[in-house]
Order: sequence, then C-alpha cells, then structure tokens
Amino acid sequence: MDTTITLNVNGKQHSITTDPQRLLLDVLREDLHLTGAKYGCGEGICGACTVLMDGQRVASCITPVAQADKRAITTIEGLADGGKLHPVQEAFLAEDASQCGYCTPGMILSAVALLQKNPRPTDEEILDWMNGNVCRCCDYPQILAAVRRAVSAARR
Amino acid sequence: MTPERLSEQSFDSEGEESVEEMHYHFNVDRRGFIQLLGAGVLITVTGGAAEAQRRGPGGAGSGRRQTVSSRVHIAKDGLITVMTGKIEAGQGARAELTQSAAEELRVPADRVRMVMGDTALCPDDGTTAGSQTTPRTVPVIRAAAAAARNLLVALACDRWKVDRAAVEVRDGVITNPATKQTITYADLAQTEDLAKAFEQAIPSDVAVTPVKEWKVLGTPLARPNRRDLVTGAHRFAADTERPNLLYGKALRPPSYGATLTSINLDAAKAMKDVVAVRDGDFVGCAAPTTFRAEQALQAVAATAKWESAPHPSSKELFAYLKQQSQSPGKDERVEEALAKAGKVLRETYHVAYVQHAPLEPHCAVAEWNDGSVTLWISTRGPFGTQSEIARSLRLASDRVHVIMPDMGGGFGGKQVALVGVEAARLAQAAGRPVSVRWTREEEFTWALCRPAAVIEIAAGLDAKGALVGWNFININSGGAAIDSPYNVPAKRSRSIGSKSPLRQGSYRALAATANNFARECMMDELAAAAGADPLAFRLAHIDNDRLRTVLETAAKRFGWDARKKKRDPNTGVGLACGTEKGSYVAACVEIGVDRKAGKIEIRHVCEVFECGAILNPGNLLSQVHGCIIMGLGPALREEMIFESGKILNAAFSKYLVPRFKDVPPLDIHLLNRPDLPSAGGGETPIIAIAPAIANAVFAATGARVRTMPIRVAAKEVA
Repeated sequence: MDTTITLNVNGKQHSITTDPQRLLLDVLREDLHLTGAKYGCGEGICGACTVLMDGQRVASCITPVAQADKRAITTIEGLADGGKLHPVQEAFLAEDASQCGYCTPGMILSAVALLQKNPRPTDEEILDWMNGNVCRCCDYPQILAAVRRAVSAARR
Repeated sequence: MTPERLSEQSFDSEGEESVEEMHYHFNVDRRGFIQLLGAGVLITVTGGAAEAQRRGPGGAGSGRRQTVSSRVHIAKDGLITVMTGKIEAGQGARAELTQSAAEELRVPADRVRMVMGDTALCPDDGTTAGSQTTPRTVPVIRAAAAAARNLLVALACDRWKVDRAAVEVRDGVITNPATKQTITYADLAQTEDLAKAFEQAIPSDVAVTPVKEWKVLGTPLARPNRRDLVTGAHRFAADTERPNLLYGKALRPPSYGATLTSINLDAAKAMKDVVAVRDGDFVGCAAPTTFRAEQALQAVAATAKWESAPHPSSKELFAYLKQQSQSPGKDERVEEALAKAGKVLRETYHVAYVQHAPLEPHCAVAEWNDGSVTLWISTRGPFGTQSEIARSLRLASDRVHVIMPDMGGGFGGKQVALVGVEAARLAQAAGRPVSVRWTREEEFTWALCRPAAVIEIAAGLDAKGALVGWNFININSGGAAIDSPYNVPAKRSRSIGSKSPLRQGSYRALAATANNFARECMMDELAAAAGADPLAFRLAHIDNDRLRTVLETAAKRFGWDARKKKRDPNTGVGLACGTEKGSYVAACVEIGVDRKAGKIEIRHVCEVFECGAILNPGNLLSQVHGCIIMGLGPALREEMIFESGKILNAAFSKYLVPRFKDVPPLDIHLLNRPDLPSAGGGETPIIAIAPAIANAVFAATGARVRTMPIRVAAKEVA
C-alpha cells in the first residue's frame, strides 16, 4: 500500500507517495531523477549505491525508502557547492582516480563519510573503511591516492 | 525465454575473440509489431544486405576511403569534434584518441571533443576489442586529423597566395611569419570552403607527426570527461532519462537449458500500468518502477512451467570438457622429438570459468519513434549491436540507432546485444521507452563467461636440459597467445573445441591468460627437472629481444637472484613472462603461505611491461595496475560454481572480486620504446600474474598447483 514519504535530498524537500518497500536507490533514480547513485550488487556490499543519510553512509540498494523518511540524504549530485567541487571530488580529479567511473560516486561519498567520522584516518583505517567499495577496473592505487590526498587536504 | 547458442564459437575479425551469439526466437507473425510499425515498413533484411548497409561508405569493411568530414568537424567557435565508432569502457580510448587528434591538429587536447560509439554519427571502427584501438584506430584518427590540418593550411595559403612551407601552425592558429598574417581554424570554419574541402577523402599517404616531435601524445592526459564522473553528471546507459520511461525485466529460465512450456501473463497484465509480453521464447514485463516490474515478473514467473535439461556441474567440469573435446590430432615431428627426449614431462592444467562482473551490469534504454528504435546501451560493439537488434526485430538497420554512452566497465564482456533486444521488444509493446538493467544475479548467470580450459602439455628435455619438444593442447578456451615464444626445435600448439556447459565469450586477454598460465607453470616445472634456475632456463630459450628485456628488467628490479636464495620458511618467489598482441610482460612475485589456513598472501609484485611507443603513460600505468589487481581475482579466488544448471555463487557476497585490501605492494615499470609501433596495453599485463604466483607457491611449498584459481589446501600440509 502506498504511503507518503518526505525525503530531504541535497537540501530539497520532496513528498513522494509510493510503496514504502521500494528501495531508496530506485526512488532516487526513478522518481527524483538523481542517477548518480548506481546499482552494483543489490546486497549492499559493493558501495556503488552509496549515499549519505544524516551524514552516515548507507547502501541505498538495500534501504527501503520508508527508512529515509524525514532524513537528510546527500547524493553525489548534492556534494558540490554550486560550481565548487567538494575537496574529495577535487582529490579524485587530481589523482585521475576513475577508469570507467561507475564506482566513482560511491567511492567519493564513502570517503566523505569517512572524513566526517574520522578526519585523521590512518592508512589502515582508510583501507578498512574503503574496503566496502568495489572498483572492478581495480583502480585501487589511484583511488587510495585520492583518498589520502583528501585526508591531507582536510588536515590543512 | 531461452537465448540459444547459434554456434559453438564464432570469431570476430577485429579481436580474434570467440563470441557466443545469443538471441530470442520471436514469433514471425506479430500483429502488434506490424500495427506499431505500419505494415509498409516491416522490412526483412538479409544478413548480407544489412551488413553492407551498416558498413556504409568508409566503414571498416568498405574499400572506399573515408572523407575528412566523416571524422573531423570544426565548429565556428573553433571546437573540434572527432568521431569514432570505438567506445570508452574505462580503458582510456577517449583520452588516447583525443590526444591523437590534438597532436595532428596542433591544438591542446581540451579543444577536441570525441564523439564515440554513436551509429548515426560515427564511422564503424569495429568492436572495441582485442587491444585494437591503439594499433588500428589511433592511426586512423591521426591520419584524419593530419589530413584536416593539411586542408586548413591549404585554405590559408590559398587565401594568402603563399606556399605551404611558408606558414606555421600552432594552437589552432595558422601564421605566416613573414607577413605576420594569422588565421584561426575557427575563422576558416566560418567559410563554405572548409566544409567543401573536408568532403575530400583522407589520403592514404598522409604524413603524421614523428614520435620525437610529439607534444600531446606521449603525455599523461587524464580522461577528458572525468569531471562528469566525480559529479555524477555522466549518464551511463541506464541513467538515460526519457519521458514516460518504464523499467523492464525479462523472465529467465530457472536453470541452463530449461525451456518454457507454459505461462500465464494475466496476473501481471491486471497490475496497474504494467505491460507484460510473451513473444516466442521471450517473456518480459515493464512498469513505471523497477519495484512494480519485479512484482509483475514474479507474478508471471509463478505461473511458468519449465522443462529442465541435464547440465554438468562445476565439480565435473574439467572431465566433461575433456570428454566432449574434439580430437587434438598428432604432429609426427613433435612426437618423434618427445620420443627421443631424455626426459619428458606431461602435465594437465585447469582454468575455471570466471565472470567479468563489470560494476555496471548489462543495461539498455530503448525508445521507438515512427518505426525506428533508438538504444542507449552498454556495449562494446555499437555497430554489431545495431545489426543484431535489426536482425532480431526484423528491421532495416537504418531504423536502429545505437548510442553508447561511456560504459561502466566491460573487460571483454558486453559483446552481445541481448539486453538491448529485451528493452527494444518491451518498448515496442509498451509504446513507451523502456529501461532494462540486469541484476547482479542475472549478470553472473546470463552474461558470457571467460571460457574454462583444460590444457595438456607434453615437453621434452635433452641431456643438457634444453627443450627439444613441445606439444600444447588447449581444450575449450581458445588460441590467444597459444604459440610458445620459447625456442624449441619441434613445437606445436593447438586449440580445440569442446562443449561448454556455460555461455562463454571473450574476456580481457582472451585465452592468453589460460595459455600463459599453463605454459609458464610448465616452464617452471621443466626448469626444475633440468636442475636450472627458472630465470636462467627461460632466458636460455628466448630469442626475442623484447621478451628478454622485460624479463631481465623485472628480475633485476625485483632482485630475483638474491631473493631466490633467501629461502625463508613458507615464503616463495616466482616469475613468469609472456607476449601477446605485440606487447611484452614479465612479473616477479613474492608470496607467503599460511599452511595451516591454506592461505596465500601476495607480498610483492614487480611487473615490467612494454608495448612500443607509449601514447599515454598515466593511462597505461592505470591499465597495468588494473590488469594485475583484476588478475588476482581469477588467480586466487574467482570461479563460477554451478550444479544442476544453476549458478551457485551469482552474487558479490559469494564471488569475491578483488578489493582494496587485496592490493599487494606493486612495483610497475613501463618500458617505453619510441622506436616501435604502439600496441594496446589493457590486456597483456594480466597474463603473467597467475603463473608467477603458482610458481612462487611451488617455491614456498614444494607442491605444484596446476589449477586456476590457485589454492593451497590446508589439509595437504602435514
């Protein structure tokens, strides 16, 4: 049975009447036309669908939209401040940390969530955290360099 | 729906790859179809005619020369657009081709925009496969851009009535230093003259810039559209927005080979805004949300009756492939050499099926207008897809427009148009655009696998420990890099077919990984049998300087001699080398083995790669990284497990691809050879890692592992 859900996405309020079991990922993509979050595994273990919910990273591919009711969602589209990229986005650009780029939005949002939680992560903490995100092009060295660059930028 | 196998294997002329074709049997007599299209446009095109049509003037199959305008367009604001039928899959074609055009046009790379993989706008450059973009398409784009520059210069010289030698070209500005006159490409684009000039054919003998004068090529240009990747603005095929878009799902058989005997669509059709279709062996549903499309499909699936077919399991796979294999024949000279050899080794190697598992699954959006269909689809072959869609839906190919937005990874997969056929057929029935994106489970189950292999080698040594005979048979996985690069007086390598239980197709480096795995493991075994060092044994049998150089360089950087002598407990070093598609690779690794847990830890990888003149060192390094790390998956863990026609590990939670924590310390060295033609670099760097690890396992444990994935069973250790 459809219910009305209030989604606050990238600072914008949306009222959506839909089946509450639908996945947040699908609602973002199909109803709000925010296609930056990607489907990857459907199990919440590859990170392609990562979005931030009240600043915490969540796998939108396993999150029923009802759970996002009245929560603040940030997707990759909402990360830049107008034309000014987020420092993590800048770091990914600087390190050219994308091959195909399909994992990139999820990687960036994961790194943002890490820095919000722990502004000075050690290398081990970075690896532990980022291990939830898969890059099938296996551009891991470049992505790691980007996350490290973002960490040092945050320190300054 | 049971996409069937047309033939065991077909070979793509571009990439020498085996692609198993899959298609649906749609009902020929389709009232709805004719209603939608209008009877007058229901055209059936034979393969030959369709082929001729799609190639068109200047296509890959055409003898006619392409015009400059088919490749290069200069806008009045000076923006240069360059067109290619090749596609970007993350391998760096967009950057490399941008550099190629910019170099020859004497402009900075940011002035060039590549339009790729759009059948309405681009010439057919063949499937993006087999590392062919670098050796085949880069020269085509360079020639087109050089021809365009020559025409621009000629126009300026005509205007100024000076000789071509009198002018200089820099940053899109043509200058006559004597008179200080200047004119820009944009200025020339204002006139009709340029458009007319660009209608000329690209001369076959157009001179391109020598390597030593390169300013843009040879530099690490990052991917031109990377900003859209970090902002989420890039639209992958499944991100395509169309008005009134529906989301579609196709019904899959419960097991391989199962055929549909009956089904009832009523429950799905009763659901609000749901379109349900059965056409021949295709069944699918489309709805305004993925959620409802899934509900509709489940309702339909609940009524389906299937007839299953027997199917071998992965446990008996290798015996099955061997049993179903064609005859390898005999080579008398090789048999004789082996009979005379002092020592003969006969070993069998196995390589499991693996999936590409690109993070972006197969996906397509289809939209019909006036009897023509437009597809946004993740495919490596836009023109092949165009023909396949046309054939499946019985359309003239000029009624199929394929657009390939830069894709989310391919790795040799995504070579069939099945998902596009599904989207197109549903969109046709719905009268609205439809998006189909396979689930991860569908991707693991229905995408083509890298072929499994059984490889049998017999090799003979003489009394001095020199190789005298070599007989190499690959069953099922193909002939890429099958010929031994080693010097053997009597050698023979052959690839023979079998009956593949799973659908199989090309994968990054094709069979070169399997063949090099078996060969390089055997070379190690032979070295041991000859009492020789694995490095020295290989070098003694290598004539090719390029192969020798990468191997020697890798061994030196790694410190092979010293590290081999160390003999730390449960630690081993191994090496392997190989060549394929005009490039050369060697890898040395150090591993640790936890004998109790049966775990292999990769402690260090040193790889040296050489592919001629390097076009883009930054991208090449990423490709080599990617190959090695991706290659660790099938080397150590990845394999398709199946039983009774069902894939048992069709999920990322059960099929473990490499992650951040799996990345070993890497020392990668790219050897640049500006004196040699550039070869592609996205495949060959994958072929050395697995055998180097297997050889290191032997060094650490004294036990040979002859199967990929390489495992050390805990129980084997006393």
